[in-house]
Formats: sequence, C-alpha cells, structure tokens
Amino acid sequence: MEEHDNKFQSRIDAGEFVEPKDSMPDAYRNHLIRQMSQHAHSEVIGMQPEGNWISRAPSLRAKQILLAKIQDEGGHGLYLYSAAETLGISRSEMIDQLQKGKAKYSNIFNYPALTWADIGAIGWLVDGAAIVNQISLQRTSYGPYSRAMLRICKEESFHQRQGYEIMAKMMKGTKEQQEMAQDAMNRWWWPALMMFGPHDSDSPHSSDAFRWKIKREGNDELRQKFIDKTVQQSEVIGLTIPDKELKWNEQKNIYDHGEINWDEFNQVIRGNGPCNKQRMEHHIKYHEEGAWVREAAEAFKNKKAKKENLINA
Amino acid sequence: MNKQKAIFNYALRLGDNSLVLGHRLAELCSKGPILEEDLALTNMALDHIGRAQAFLGYAAQVEGKNKTADDLAYKRAERSFYNNLIMELPDKDFAATIARQLLVSSFEYFLYTELMKSKDETIAAISAKAVKEVRYHLAHSSDWTCRLGEGTAVSHEKMQNALNDLWMFTGELFEMNDADAILIKEGIAIDLNSIKQQWLEHVNGVILEATLTLPSSDFMQTGSRKGIHTEYLGHILSEMQYLQRAYPTAQW
Repeated sequence: MEEHDNKFQSRIDAGEFVEPKDSMPDAYRNHLIRQMSQHAHSEVIGMQPEGNWISRAPSLRAKQILLAKIQDEGGHGLYLYSAAETLGISRSEMIDQLQKGKAKYSNIFNYPALTWADIGAIGWLVDGAAIVNQISLQRTSYGPYSRAMLRICKEESFHQRQGYEIMAKMMKGTKEQQEMAQDAMNRWWWPALMMFGPHDSDSPHSSDAFRWKIKREGNDELRQKFIDKTVQQSEVIGLTIPDKELKWNEQKNIYDHGEINWDEFNQVIRGNGPCNKQRMEHHIKYHEEGAWVREAAEAFKNKKAKKENLINA
Repeated sequence: MNKQKAIFNYALRLGDNSLVLGHRLAELCSKGPILEEDLALTNMALDHIGRAQAFLGYAAQVEGKNKTADDLAYKRAERSFYNNLIMELPDKDFAATIARQLLVSSFEYFLYTELMKSKDETIAAISAKAVKEVRYHLAHSSDWTCRLGEGTAVSHEKMQNALNDLWMFTGELFEMNDADAILIKEGIAIDLNSIKQQWLEHVNGVILEATLTLPSSDFMQTGSRKGIHTEYLGHILSEMQYLQRAYPTAQW
C-alpha cells in the first residue's frame, strides 16, 4: 500500500496528470469527489439567485445576456458532474448527498440577490473571485478536472465582463442607480472574499490537496490576487470598496485589507445564511416535482430497447 | 388601416408571441426535471427573446415614432399586447410546458417556413433565422411528447390532460384581422388557413405516435387579436416591466 502511494506521489511530483483509469489512492479519489461535486453543486445552486432576476431584467439585451450566463452555469454544472463521474460516483448519488446536506456548495449562494445591481455584483465579484480560483485549478493534477477548468474559464471571463458592464452603466446613470450599485458592492464584497475559504493556517483539507497538487495556490494568495485586480476596476467606475483598512502597501506591492468576519462565514457554513434553507428547498422541490418525468423517460427508454431487441432477435 | 400600420400590427403580434412565451420558458430556469432540460428550456427562452427583440425592433422602426424594441416591450400596457393567449398561460407542470411547445412550435414551423418567402425583406430574414430555431424546438417537444405519452401511466395521463387543457387555445393561432387582409394582398403575410391543415396533420401525427388522443373539443377561446387577454398577462407585465416603470428615466 505504502509502495503504491509512493509511486503515485512520484508521478504527481513529476508533474504528470492523473487520468480516470489510472490507479490512485482512495484518499485522493475521495478528496476529488468532494471538491468536484461541491464545485458542480455550486454552479447549479448558483442558478437560483441570478434566475431570480431573469423575469425582471430591465432590457431585452440584459435579459438575453443573463439567460445565456445562467445557461452557461448549468452547462458547467453538467460538465463538472460528468468529470466527477469518472471517479466512480453517479450524478444521482451526488445530488442525493447535496440534498441530505452531506455535500456542500459555495457559501456565496446563500446570500440574496435583492436588486438588479446584485446581478452586476454577482457577475463582477462572485464570478471574478471564481475565475481566480479556477485559473489556478487549470493546473490541478486530475486530468478531467483540469480540462473542465480550461473550458469553464473561457466562459467565466465573459460573465465577469457582463457583471462589470452592469455596474459601470449604473454608475453612469441616475443617483438612484448609483446608490443601488454601491449598496450591492457593500453587501457582496465581503462574502466574495470569503469564497476563497479560511486562512491557509485554518484550512482543514489543504495539506493533502497541496501534496497531491489538486490545489496549486493557497486561499490567502488567491484572495490577494482577487483584491489586487478588483480595487482598480472599482476605482475606474467610482465604486467604493467597503473596507476602511484597505490601503496600497508599497513595500509588498499589494493591497493591505481588513479582517474578514469569520463568525459570519462559519454561521453561513452551518446553515444560518439568509438563503440556505430557501436554496435547498427550491432544489428539492423541483427535483421531486420532476420525478415522474425522469421515471417516464426511463420507462420509455426501456420500452424502446425492448422493441429493438425484439426486432434484432 | 394602411400598409404601414398593418406591418406594425403584424410585427407586434409576432414579437409579442415570442416575448411572452420566452418569458414563460425563462421562468422555468433552475426548475427543470433534470439539468439537461433546464439547459434546453433556457435555450428556447433565449431563442424566443432574441426573436422578440428582432420583431419588436422592426415594429418600432415601421411605426416611426423614434421608439426602440425595449420601449415596446417595457412600456406598453396589457390591452396593447397582441400575443396569443396560449403563450401567457402558466406552466402547471412539465407536461403543460411540452404540450404548449408542441402546439406552438408546430404552428411556428409552418408559419415561418412560409414567411421566409415574404416580400417584406425584414420579416423574411427574421423568419429564416426563426425556422432554424423552431426546427429544434419542434424536435425537442415531439420527442418529449412521445416519452411522456408512452412512458408511464402517470406521464400518459398528465400529457393527455395538458393537451386537452390547451386545445381550446389553438384556434386563436389561425385568426386573422384587417392587418392580415392587407398584408396577404401585398405578399407580405400568409393566409393562415393555408397552413391549418398541415399543422393539424403534423400535431396529430406526433400525438398518435405518442399513443395519445387528439382532443375532440371544438370550442375555441379568442381575444388576443383585439388585445383581450387572460388575467395572467397583467402579472407577467408587472414583473417584466417593473424596473422600467419604477425608474422611467434610467438607462440600464
């Protein structure tokens, strides 16, 4: 066993990709199942807060862009479920784990999308933070995951631009629009920073993930990258970042920032965010309402197969 | 009614049908029975809203009052909308969504195939694009009609009920008014009676293949050509138009 693990580790150290049929330690497989299914669930649950605004999008163009974006998210979910299935777990098992609370999704989607500016903030900040993380994951050691990330990153950069465009337009608009945009910024900034997870020193799964090169950069390092690129974007359109301690550090060449409210972070993880219950109830409700459709599709497929067998016999 | 007014009225009708059905399909986002269907329904919603933008943009241009497609979508009241009633009905369940799509896509397939030959270049061009989309919508809804019709006893019953419920809203698709009369003469619009038989045969073919029964009731609802709708449209519009109405001077 140990020999097997050492051999695996030396492949990882040599920078090789691991492919579905390769032998791999159970812990590596389980770590990936946990991470990839969480990633897939996040894409799917993320459709809800944005979907909340499709019917109220303020122009036909905005409506189409938002629909296309949400459709992309669903597609990413599908793609990630398929990638995770290469590890020997089915999509229905993963959905079951999600609905029973055994699998998580990104905390960020437990916050509500209250105004149209939130659609801008989600695209710009939430997708912006996701991209930083996903670019890093392009070099992850599991081949199907890495390839999924390459494809997903292309679409995410379009999402981030559409979010930024919404914010930029509102900041050039009426006083009410500007206030709406700043309010969304105030509410989404900190949760976006929390998306990178706890400080590396407090991160429970990090050491294995680094050793196996599933994770290539630390939470704090990625968070810093996001902050540094977002501060300028924010200044260009006249939005203020709601952090009084935010300051350019000449020596380090980065922005220093205030401390994240980790109590809030932990509360939301524990299920006490504003929308945890709502998101899961929605997912379960429509999954259950669709059961008869899935049964019908399955029955139809079996009937067809039977007919074909009779013809071929 | 002159030719310009007739084209305006006709383009509004086609645009409103696309807009309102697109709205209903978009409402289903994140509510599909499987993720693949979420994507398919969202995709169809996108096609419809894109088509709405094209037809309403053309209507605005023909009207000549310096308006945009958005003005027509977001700043008209219920009684000035001309979509068929079937487009605005709520989706009771997945069978209702599929039944509506089958009935409407079949109609749209024959309609836009003919309108590709319209002497109005804009209508012909939008129709050519629409046909490509509708072909996919029709294949999708036909496949699902068969799956649900033949699948289980439960799905069979739901699908049959959905068709029965919607049937009385299909007569309206073929109604014509003064605008049609003027535009048929000009070679711009088509006589809807000319596609009715094809539509019926096609729909009946799918329904029979799905082991379902063509609804027999011949009572038909009417109203939309005069801007008279179900109670549902007002709610759709109050939601859709909310931001434009609440902040009338804002650009988004």
